[in-house]
Amino acid sequence: MVTDAAQRHVVSRLWNDKETRSVIVQIITLVCILLLFGYMVRNAVVNLEAIGKGFSFSFLFQPSNYDINQTFIEYTSRSSHIRATVIGIMNTLAVAVCGIVLATVLGFVLGVMRLSKNWLTAKISYCYIEYVRNVPVLVHILMVHGLLVRVLPTPRNALVVGDGVFLSNRGAQVPKPLYEPLFWVVIAVFIVGVIFAWWFRRYARQLQDRTGRALPVFWVSLASVIGAPLVVYFLLGSPITWEVPVLKGFNFAGGYVLRPEFLALWLALSLYTAAFIGEIVRAGILAVDYGQTEASAALGLSRGRTLNLVVIPQALRVIVPPLTSQYLNLTKNSSLAIAIGYMDIVATIGGISLNQTGREMECMIIVLMLYLILSLLISAFMNWYNKRIKLVER
Amino acid sequence: MKVAKIAALAATLSLAGAGAGHATTLEDVQSRGELNCIINTGLIGFAAPDAAGRWDGFDVAHCRAVAAAVLGDPDKVKFVNATGKTRFTLLNSGEGDVLFRNTTETMSRDADLKLSFLPVTYYDGAGFIIRKDKGVTSARDLSGASICIQTGTTTELNLADFARANNIDYEPVPIETNEEARTNYLADRCDTYITDASGLAASRATFDNPSDHIILPELISKEPLGGAVRHGDDQWFDITKWVVNALILGEELGITQANVESMAARAGKNGDINRMLGTEGDFGAMIGLDKKWAVRAIKAGGNYGEIFDRYLGPSTDIGLERGLNALYTDGGIMYAAPVR
Amino acid sequence: MNTATYQPGEHPELPPPVSERGALGWVRAHLLSSPFNIGLTLLSLWFLWWIVPPAIDWFFIDAAYTGADRNACRATAPDGACWAFVGERLQLFTYGFYPAEERWRVNLSFVLLCVALVPVLFDHVPYRKAGLIYAAAFPFIAGWLLIGGFGLTPVPTDKFGGFMLTLVIGVTGIAFSLPIGILLALGRMSKLPIIHVFSVSFIEFIRGVPLITLLFVASTMLNYFLPPGSTFDLLLRVLIMVTLFASGYMAEVIRGGLQAIPSGQSEAADALGLKYWQAMRLIVLPQALRISIPGIVNTFIGLYKDTTLVIIIGLLDPLGIGRASVADTKWAGLSTELYVFVAVFFFVSCFAMSRYSLYLERKLETGHKR
Repeated sequence: MVTDAAQRHVVSRLWNDKETRSVIVQIITLVCILLLFGYMVRNAVVNLEAIGKGFSFSFLFQPSNYDINQTFIEYTSRSSHIRATVIGIMNTLAVAVCGIVLATVLGFVLGVMRLSKNWLTAKISYCYIEYVRNVPVLVHILMVHGLLVRVLPTPRNALVVGDGVFLSNRGAQVPKPLYEPLFWVVIAVFIVGVIFAWWFRRYARQLQDRTGRALPVFWVSLASVIGAPLVVYFLLGSPITWEVPVLKGFNFAGGYVLRPEFLALWLALSLYTAAFIGEIVRAGILAVDYGQTEASAALGLSRGRTLNLVVIPQALRVIVPPLTSQYLNLTKNSSLAIAIGYMDIVATIGGISLNQTGREMECMIIVLMLYLILSLLISAFMNWYNKRIKLVER
Repeated sequence: MKVAKIAALAATLSLAGAGAGHATTLEDVQSRGELNCIINTGLIGFAAPDAAGRWDGFDVAHCRAVAAAVLGDPDKVKFVNATGKTRFTLLNSGEGDVLFRNTTETMSRDADLKLSFLPVTYYDGAGFIIRKDKGVTSARDLSGASICIQTGTTTELNLADFARANNIDYEPVPIETNEEARTNYLADRCDTYITDASGLAASRATFDNPSDHIILPELISKEPLGGAVRHGDDQWFDITKWVVNALILGEELGITQANVESMAARAGKNGDINRMLGTEGDFGAMIGLDKKWAVRAIKAGGNYGEIFDRYLGPSTDIGLERGLNALYTDGGIMYAAPVR
Repeated sequence: MNTATYQPGEHPELPPPVSERGALGWVRAHLLSSPFNIGLTLLSLWFLWWIVPPAIDWFFIDAAYTGADRNACRATAPDGACWAFVGERLQLFTYGFYPAEERWRVNLSFVLLCVALVPVLFDHVPYRKAGLIYAAAFPFIAGWLLIGGFGLTPVPTDKFGGFMLTLVIGVTGIAFSLPIGILLALGRMSKLPIIHVFSVSFIEFIRGVPLITLLFVASTMLNYFLPPGSTFDLLLRVLIMVTLFASGYMAEVIRGGLQAIPSGQSEAADALGLKYWQAMRLIVLPQALRISIPGIVNTFIGLYKDTTLVIIIGLLDPLGIGRASVADTKWAGLSTELYVFVAVFFFVSCFAMSRYSLYLERKLETGHKR
């Protein structure tokens, strides 16, 4: 009796003590999670055994036996599944990077248009943003793809966009540069230019801090990064030859090709994400009090410097965090490539490889891991950038 | 302490549950009262929904025949739509009991994907369709072409082999469904579309001017299409196998949807017919069904010939000749093992 | 000319000059205020002229509204849309393969949904408390109505399709992700390390991978993790995945709300002797949820649009139904009409929701303005 009551007392004391209670709650949670996890793994083992499938990644080294239409590195149907995966990763990265760049540019244009004093321009931007935001991205992708393959001409009647660039429903064909040995000199000059620009910028800032004298940093940097290599390039007699695509049989041969699937996905994702970025940019610009502009005008700053030194840095502070999640969304949405047959991660290792080898578990684990790593990298980069532009507080 | 006990208890319970819950597929189907049949997401002639949402086609008819034999009602089928990619997973994970989705039998699918293939229902081969005005007459002239291809099919692998063997450099345009292939091909996104010849004929039937397109003479692969079930349940394999055989035998023995019931009413002179229709012996019991299993299977949609004619034959939009798929007595290679 | 003189302060008020008021003034101020502005106006007009008339032609004027099949459409309207296709398949688009004689149940569920939404969306309605309880029970009522059993004919979930499927996935996702999201957000804010780590890793995992890969997991892998021999419904698996997916995003929205509540609030609750859950339930969450409502609505819009992804694993939402329908010989090749129709549907419903979200934001804003 007594021991029983004492025991109960101990239990209730343990439970009423905040510290121990939190430990108990956590242990219980942990055990539950581990149990659930263990249970699922055990089921998987039993199930796989029942149908006689193992769990191993050795299939990755076997020949993939399928062809891929857009590859940045050498690949044939004899290459391994792992190489196909690498191609998938590169294709995903390609569309994500291109998409992020285009979406950012378009988004800033839309955001500025939305704030334009011109009623018509502002309304067009508004209608565009509202339409795009409220229709699923998958519908956009399918529509753009349908439009591209139907509206663009066949290779025989390809549109010629400038010198050696052809646009047809087989994609955009662009000339491929073939570097001659002397070209490395140009590259070297470029690298030296970048280093010089970086040093000059630092020097100019120090000089300004010391003496208040401002140097034309922008123009000097431009000259050293772009100008000098360009001059050297022409002095050396243009050491690049271009392999221009030519129509041969069914298709163009030679040069680089951007498949319509890539173009469609790129355009659709950029147009879609641009609408969201447009709204973010608008909110960011509106968040900077007009008094800031007036104050800098009162200080005698020019319009350009007001924008550069006062408005944009403050607006960016508001813009960058939501922009990060838009970049992440764009990257994740690129997985919808599978709907139009662009060979990204999901379509290679998570699609054809999975299906031809029947290794669902292994393939899906690889796909999930790849996307996680990709997302973490993007967030890490944007967090770093965000920290850099953050308001320095005392 | 307590937690560990609960954990142990939970583990034991789950083990017990795992041990007890294994019924045969036949029992599962019968207790569910419904057959889960994996079919295409939409391929004219093989499986497509009508305006009322009822699925119909060559593969669908086989599903219905199995349902009729096992459950007595050809409508007790739940159709599970699968793309080329998801079909085996659906079967292996137990979401479907049987797969009828114009699927090629291959050794790796049989052995590595752990499937048992039913008798072949359609002997096919991968062929190319191309516009007449491209001026191509042989698959060997396709160098440089863009070729639309369904991902996750044997065709994909066969084409890669064919191209390598013949030094053909091509652009594969991967697509998920037949409808996408059709759209891409008609928009001239790809010069040619490769798939099973039966599928080509089915697609061509939906074009505005079917005669503007030709099917190249080469078939670059053997594609014996048939149903499949999971490894590990031999009784269920036997049931599905013999339903398919019964449909083919039905044509051979002249048993049709119209006359099957009168023929099964009493034993006739032909022992083959008697054994199959259950008027002699009890062959149904051997596979866990009753005597009239084959009667119901044929009653559901007719014998093999009737099914073929209704969905694929010359009188349909698709207009396929029997060719290899005629009975062996008519110059084809359809040859079903006897019921004995 | 008026030459009258006035004492200072007695001049009658004159209207502004003609060029500054009325339609003319408006045009001048908004369209033609500077050369750059004039250029923009011209560019915009050209853009509109380029895009609007052909669109209207295709959409309305040249379109065929009746016809038995594609060829009939082409005959009457060679350059326009073929809406007869959508008309014939409208039932399929709305209900999927749901049995015709049971469709009243779908309609009833929809009406009940509308009723359930009223107390959730608007503050000043009579009997709001009872309404909210009903709204919380609604998913279960609707589930019973749609799936059947207990006196209703059971309808297997593979018959679900079309807009009905969109709504089923969307509403289930939002209804169940809200409580899970709240728990995850609290877990992430929690000082208990294990719970914190678990919540953070769960949320970051969900937010780090695309929904489509999770759906693939649901369709290809999930069954391997269940006890041998058992399977469960594909739709159920998809619903679970969609709910988990939405709850990851919901958790972050709610965390934003929680962080906006000054810590003085929970300190005051502590001082009053309230336990953790009491403090959360009575003090912190009501305030935090109130500010997060616009975010929640936006998450819902995102989720609702994402329901289209289920076609990739073979469920037939409107897009999937449409793609199966254009495989039919009768309507082959009408994918443009299909995409436009689906786009219009989503635009109308999402636009309405985003308007509501804006209205809420404005309402909340005035509430906080000093």
